[in-house]
Amino acid sequence: MELIAAIIERIRRVVETVQDYVLFSWDAIRATFSPPYYSREFMTQLHFALVGSLLIVVVSAAVAGQALAIQLVRELANTGAKSQLGHFMVISVVRALGPVLTGMVIASRMSAGITAELGAMRSSDQIDALVAFGSDPMKRLVVPRVAALVIALPVLVIIGDALAIMGGGVVGLQYHLPIESYYSGVLKYLTPKNILVGMIKPFIFAVLISTVACWRGFRTAGGAKGVGVSTTESVVISSVGILVSDGVCTRLIFRILGW
Amino acid sequence: MIGFRNVFYSIDGHRILEDIAFEVPAGQTMVILGPSGSGKSTALRLLLGLAHPDSGSIVVDNEDITSLEEHRLRRVRQRMGMVFQQGALFDSMTVGENIAFSLLEHDNVPEEELEKVVRTHLTLVGLDPDLIDRMPDQLSGGMQRRVAIARALAARDPQILLYDEPTTGLDPQSGERITDLIVQLRDRMRKTSIMVTHDIADAFKVADCMAVLNEGRLVFNGTPRDLAHTDEPFINEFLAPFRKAVQTAARTLLAGPGAPPRTAI
Repeated sequence: MELIAAIIERIRRVVETVQDYVLFSWDAIRATFSPPYYSREFMTQLHFALVGSLLIVVVSAAVAGQALAIQLVRELANTGAKSQLGHFMVISVVRALGPVLTGMVIASRMSAGITAELGAMRSSDQIDALVAFGSDPMKRLVVPRVAALVIALPVLVIIGDALAIMGGGVVGLQYHLPIESYYSGVLKYLTPKNILVGMIKPFIFAVLISTVACWRGFRTAGGAKGVGVSTTESVVISSVGILVSDGVCTRLIFRILGW
Repeated sequence: MIGFRNVFYSIDGHRILEDIAFEVPAGQTMVILGPSGSGKSTALRLLLGLAHPDSGSIVVDNEDITSLEEHRLRRVRQRMGMVFQQGALFDSMTVGENIAFSLLEHDNVPEEELEKVVRTHLTLVGLDPDLIDRMPDQLSGGMQRRVAIARALAARDPQILLYDEPTTGLDPQSGERITDLIVQLRDRMRKTSIMVTHDIADAFKVADCMAVLNEGRLVFNGTPRDLAHTDEPFINEFLAPFRKAVQTAARTLLAGPGAPPRTAI
């Protein structure tokens, strides 16, 4: 009996938490479409998200692209289809690996950064102080972070995809695949549909990462330990959320496009 | 005028405030005393609309703010200046931006005017006006608390000032300077104020009227003199370690300006 009660209580808390996140995100999205807008805060966050994340995206995309190409080129060489490397790289990177890899890298960096900052502000009463002095924390803190990531993540995904595909070209050269052959395969399969599939996801991931990070930051309680807990939760929820939403998006997009 | 009328407040079924009722007349300073966890800071949060009571009403200048929507609450808050525990300065902004925050947020004040307001308020709280471009983490705890007071005062000329344990965490000297500053501001401006503290000496220095909370219940509401003479068991126990400070403070109160000094209360 106690076990059932504990399970019901657990389910109730999960439902309440999800409801709280959905309402918070709804408020954030609503706040995006009404003034005032804090352009200085937005530019600061855009710089933090875009310029600050560039190096880790470049490194991780280049390395992951080469690793993927090495796996592919060996299998393709065995079946005599080495010239298809460009084709497989585009499908793998643009449609699937690129958005997820860059999303995960950004989730770990931005979720932790945003949640820790907002959590510290919550713990030191700065968020209450904003309200007390007539400001709306949703507009001042959340909207600029969501907007900045919605712009930054797709740009970073494009940069990451390009580097991963270039990394594939380098691997192709090492396996005696002419660069023209590789890039003709790349260009042939770099179709609007494939690009669309790959570019819808970063917008969804950006909203997910930023709203989860802000939500956990705002709900921080319990001082320094609470900030640590919130930050961990934020990174875990964002990372799992990216993988789950990637699966859901892929199925939905394939169904819509009739693939 | 500020009034709490039979206010009840709980979090997750845990009662924080129970049937709280008191009034602070316009221009008076009330000090809310009580041990940690007695609900003092919560009372200020309710007054600012940062939390909402389960029942009862909170009245500010004859307006019941309990059921106001957020945009109307924002207008009420503009009549208040709040000094948070630990200051709560915005650490991504300079001292000047902190003090001018409310003006930057709501009014289109020219830059030169803003700087003048900031410098005036820094001087008012006894700080060097050249601190204007410093970041909060470059200041001592006492200076941060002074900047927090300046920010509260600069907030569109507030009619109500709220202090949440303004001397907590400061060394005795800095704490005393902050208390003296609050007394000076009280005497000079006569704004309706509430100060929450558990420092008995500070309370007697600042208060026109006093309330004592214990475990969310109001156990005393009256003047500092009445508090010094009450035979309420909890208050006597609470004041016991500070009896000497209470006697000194009460002697000063009873003496008044020009009155002969008294030796006992």
